[in-house]
Amino acid sequence: MKNIIFALFALLSSSVVFASGANVHLDHVKVDIHDKEAMQSGLQLFTNYCMGCHSLKYSRFERVADDLGIPHELYQQNLIFGGEKIGELMTIPMAPKSAAAWFGAAPPDLSLVARLRGTDWLYSYMRGFYKDESRPWGVNNVVFKDVGMPHVLAGLQGLCATPPAIGVKAEVDPISGNVVGGSACKSFVSEGTMKPEEYDRAMKNLVTFLAYVAEPSRFQAEAVAPYVLIFLLVLFVFAFLLNREYWKDVH
Amino acid sequence: MQKLIQWIDERLPIVEAWEKHLSKYYAPKNFNFWYMFGSLSIVVLVNQLLTGVWLTMSYVPTAEGAFASVEYIMRDVEFGWLIRYLHSTGASAFFVVVYLHMFRGLMYGSYKKPRELVWIFGMTIYLALMAEAFLGYLLPWGQMSYWGAQVIVSLFGAIPVVGEDLAQWIRGDYLISGITLNRFFALHVIALPIVLLGLVVMHILALHEVGSNNPDGVEIKKNKDANGIPKDGIPFHPYYTVHDIVALVIFLFVFCTVVFYFPEMGGYFLEKPNFEPANPLKTPNHIAPVWYFTPFYAMLRAITYPFFGVDAKFWGVVVMGGAIAILFVLPWLDRSPVKSMRYKGWMSKVWLLIFAVSFVILGVCGALPADAQPSWLAPLCTALYFAYFVLMPFYTRMESTKPVPERVTG
Repeated sequence: MKNIIFALFALLSSSVVFASGANVHLDHVKVDIHDKEAMQSGLQLFTNYCMGCHSLKYSRFERVADDLGIPHELYQQNLIFGGEKIGELMTIPMAPKSAAAWFGAAPPDLSLVARLRGTDWLYSYMRGFYKDESRPWGVNNVVFKDVGMPHVLAGLQGLCATPPAIGVKAEVDPISGNVVGGSACKSFVSEGTMKPEEYDRAMKNLVTFLAYVAEPSRFQAEAVAPYVLIFLLVLFVFAFLLNREYWKDVH
Repeated sequence: MQKLIQWIDERLPIVEAWEKHLSKYYAPKNFNFWYMFGSLSIVVLVNQLLTGVWLTMSYVPTAEGAFASVEYIMRDVEFGWLIRYLHSTGASAFFVVVYLHMFRGLMYGSYKKPRELVWIFGMTIYLALMAEAFLGYLLPWGQMSYWGAQVIVSLFGAIPVVGEDLAQWIRGDYLISGITLNRFFALHVIALPIVLLGLVVMHILALHEVGSNNPDGVEIKKNKDANGIPKDGIPFHPYYTVHDIVALVIFLFVFCTVVFYFPEMGGYFLEKPNFEPANPLKTPNHIAPVWYFTPFYAMLRAITYPFFGVDAKFWGVVVMGGAIAILFVLPWLDRSPVKSMRYKGWMSKVWLLIFAVSFVILGVCGALPADAQPSWLAPLCTALYFAYFVLMPFYTRMESTKPVPERVTG
């Protein structure tokens, strides 16, 4: 029996590896959707760098503003560029047809990308770009091979000369004392305005925001859940006692 | 109040119905843990009906609007996220309780004479439930909705001669499209719920006609007192209503924990590719059905040899259909003089264990890509699954059984 259980677990765990895609190793990132500061910074990055091409068309500006603790006026003035009203959906003006002509495929809507791909994938992907002259935009990505997206954040990260070692743990080589592995880019073709640690933190913030926007109801669920579960616990006590009272005389 | 009841009762036999099905329905007093899943499945059914009605109020059954309307429910509809998670988790919970309910039947011989019809109605409910779940899974119009439906409907195409036309007739199109979505919606929200409710009524009426089985498999109606009340029976209400309330609260605690904290259940209740809208031009590299269909999906894939020159896919469909069909004739396969596993011989016990383990392994196999498992595993488990039924007339007759007591044991 024990062996069967073990075999089942082995089968299940192998499914996890397969689910993550064609043997791509990912860096793990711990996101906390209660960290409003991180999400605000992530939203800022998203609005300035991503929203030219990627919509969040199932989400509304107002909901994001409220959940992230940003006053409506501040949001309207600094984070809405197309003159939309705050209650509107976070769509973009770029037509999918022309986008497909420009990039090969229309940039996808990112409302649910964190639930589709997972936060580790996003975190790794955003740090996985490197120089590759054979590609139309001069860059490739170790997590998403031959991706149609240019490295929009090259100005922040810089452009890595070689494929960065995503998903490989950084270790200190005991002989030379040098750091081996690790996801940090070894050499840059062009320097960015951020240090590698700063860029990693910025990407963590961006991913945290995307994790939030994929399921904003998480906040409500977490707010309601304790009351429901505590109610059920109390109800259990009464249900249990009631049952015992009735069954006392059944032999 | 008393007068009102009397007034109604003179026109509609509500008192009689209450007594027949609840306050004077005598159930064996030795029900155990396994006997709570029947009433729990009614609770889940009601949950599905209620949340379903509210989802329908905001859902848009078109290829253009379906996916967006689900997100609209999740984000803009007041408590829409809760209604939707109750419905999606409820679908899985339904199969959890129904599978346990069916296993109880296998264990204690609840399908045996005189309860053959109870079992057959139950199996028909299971069949209708699978259809209902399959149809409903297309509605969110995600990638897995689309490709799952594409795979399953194309199975009809494996039937020789008429297959392709039949599949096209079901889809209403050359491939799964908005037309398919529309008809699946109609069937999911109207046709099958009506069928399900009707079958549930038949299931319960048939059960209450013959009376409930119990873990000892003793017929309590054989031992009645002077008033004609079974000596080992107790009125369903209040004894089993208070029992079931305890079970219900425990069930709800687990259910709500999933709804609030793990609605995706690691990708098994809500599959990740379904967070991307359906795209007929992009096939996902691994199409897996939801967990409750995976055992049958594994059987479908287990057949890879084109017997008699007919496509292997056809034989896969035959095996998958046969796996469900054979459950219907179970009452006539079991030749044992006793009902309960407690008094059957060791062969019945071992075969039930083999059956249950095979079913679970098939479930795991069906969830995994074909190249991520030993190629002999699913065929072996499929063979064992069928062997349990096919050999049943022999091992139930051969083995020596233990004597069944006159009265139920505690």
